[in-house]
Amino acid sequence: MIPNLTTTTTPRAYNGHTSIYLPTIATIEDVHNETELEKIYTVRLPGGQNLGHTPGQFVMVSLPGVGEAPISVMSSPSRTGQTFRLCIRNAGDLTNVIHQLKPGDKVGIRGPFGRGFPVDLYKGKDVLIAAGGLGLAPARSLIDEILDNRANFGRLIILYGARSPAEILFRDALAEWNERDDVESLLTVDRPDEAWLGHVGVITRLFEHIQVNPYHTVAITVGPPVMYRFVVMELLGKGLTPEQIWMSFERRMKCGVGKCGHCQVNHRYSCQDGPAWTYAEALAFEEAL
Amino acid sequence: MSLYILSKEKLPAFVEALQAGFRVVGPVRTPTGFAFEEITQADQLQLDYTTTILPPKKYFLPQRETLFKYHTGSNPEGAQSVDVEPVFQDVQPTVIFGMHTCDMSGIMLYDKVFSEGFRDEHYMTRRDKMVIIGIECLHPCDDASFCKDMGTLTAPPIYDLHMTEVDDDYLIDTGSEKGERLLLNYSEAKMATTDHMQRLGRVLSAKWPRFRMRLKMSKDQTPSLLTLGYNAHIWEELGERCLACGSCTNVCPTCFCFDVQDELDINMQDGERVRVWDSCQLHEFALVAGGHNFRESKASRVRHRLMRKGKYIKQVHGLSGCTGCGRCERACLVDITIPGTLNALHDEMKVESGV
Repeated sequence: MIPNLTTTTTPRAYNGHTSIYLPTIATIEDVHNETELEKIYTVRLPGGQNLGHTPGQFVMVSLPGVGEAPISVMSSPSRTGQTFRLCIRNAGDLTNVIHQLKPGDKVGIRGPFGRGFPVDLYKGKDVLIAAGGLGLAPARSLIDEILDNRANFGRLIILYGARSPAEILFRDALAEWNERDDVESLLTVDRPDEAWLGHVGVITRLFEHIQVNPYHTVAITVGPPVMYRFVVMELLGKGLTPEQIWMSFERRMKCGVGKCGHCQVNHRYSCQDGPAWTYAEALAFEEAL
Repeated sequence: MSLYILSKEKLPAFVEALQAGFRVVGPVRTPTGFAFEEITQADQLQLDYTTTILPPKKYFLPQRETLFKYHTGSNPEGAQSVDVEPVFQDVQPTVIFGMHTCDMSGIMLYDKVFSEGFRDEHYMTRRDKMVIIGIECLHPCDDASFCKDMGTLTAPPIYDLHMTEVDDDYLIDTGSEKGERLLLNYSEAKMATTDHMQRLGRVLSAKWPRFRMRLKMSKDQTPSLLTLGYNAHIWEELGERCLACGSCTNVCPTCFCFDVQDELDINMQDGERVRVWDSCQLHEFALVAGGHNFRESKASRVRHRLMRKGKYIKQVHGLSGCTGCGRCERACLVDITIPGTLNALHDEMKVESGV
């Protein structure tokens, strides 16, 4: 059963008000240069309040005077105490300014919002995660949650496609997953450099290297919109049904609370009923992919 | 709730009495047609108006609305600081006088949109101060109206007071205790007699034949028609005609989509986050970081608007996304109309299924 498409979060009260658009002012505790394009921010809410999110949810990050944008939470709930982490690519006006922030600086946070990945549904199953590019950040929240509750799940297969060796995220984590014998992880790059010895090509090239028990597997795919069509084709080719395939939909969320209309996919709002959907749900939406 | 009678000549006194405690807004005559504006004198009120370019939604969801103010700076220790303070804009006791039933239907939808799920206190605090006085439509506004098709020719249950012109009187129904209190405290209205009720019944039953039907299908069939017609040819034709100007959504009483923007003062420290009306007909509406646009073509955007009006809004909120007011048709520069589109879709689907 797929959980109901309902709102899972409540607005944060702020100074006694409940304006759903008012961000909570949080503090950046740490900034880590991950790649040339991405930085990882450790963010602390006032009083070290726990974010209370589920894997796959997002927060609205804002800088007063610049703007606000949806960013997936990178931390798993299992690794979220008084701080949480966001992996942010320098890709637009807002993220450009965010990239200039340093520890001690302030950001506005609203959320968490949306329906994340229903981890409880994946318990007892083999979990295949196919992430492309920055999609590894939201996938990471799910991967770490599974690793920290490893006995509750079957196989954990991680397929990751990066554009080039320089753009590979989370090298430490990748090395750790590679070492563990309870994780099967494969990495490919689309544009190798001379030193690259690993797999070459788009993420779908990795599927020939894995076999899954289709009766026993759930797949989760996160990446740029163009990737889904091809990954889904591979997953269906492995015998998975549309109900077993989960994906996260990127949309232009402006409010995060199901009002502004920007993230609408057919009659659904991706910020509330998504961003995680099954492929079966997506099939009913003409506009999904 | 009861039915009252107020003679027409006593209406100005009622309006003036209300002005002591409320901003009174109503239809007035302007050089470009009728418009909802604040009334300073009772005789400005044009209750026999046809339609207005903009619906009264501008008083419920301002075109530009401050959500919060912020101040950025550094504290004495040199650390960066950010303060935010919510703003609840345009919250003042307001009477909207003379709303047509189609526009009341639009506000009924807004009430659901902004109260369901996450409650939008910016809308709701303003809404709580609003008094709605409707007026029964006895004649169609013009040929663009299709309220009868959309079932909005009768007053939805959101009014505080609702007036019907009966000869030299207004028969006034009270929809809320607040409305009844206002009527009794600020006017010389009296309880209607059975004779008044009879006259009201005659007026109401006589109005229906004056309104024509324009749709070839019932409004309850539009969701399934739009589902069947998702890949119809008509969308491409409309996409080629559409100028993507957004006029249709601007004038629509059920459109509520907005953009969120930050404005920064010249001191570079203070500013406001605002929401402004936005339009799904504009190219940037569904564009995401990285350049992918989920509705790149005009055809897909025109289709999205029709889907929202005729299907999606109903699916989400249980109410029609179109009130049949005809404003988008009057505003469109290339004669794209909702009845015309639905009827053409109906014809195309009929041909396709071979019926």
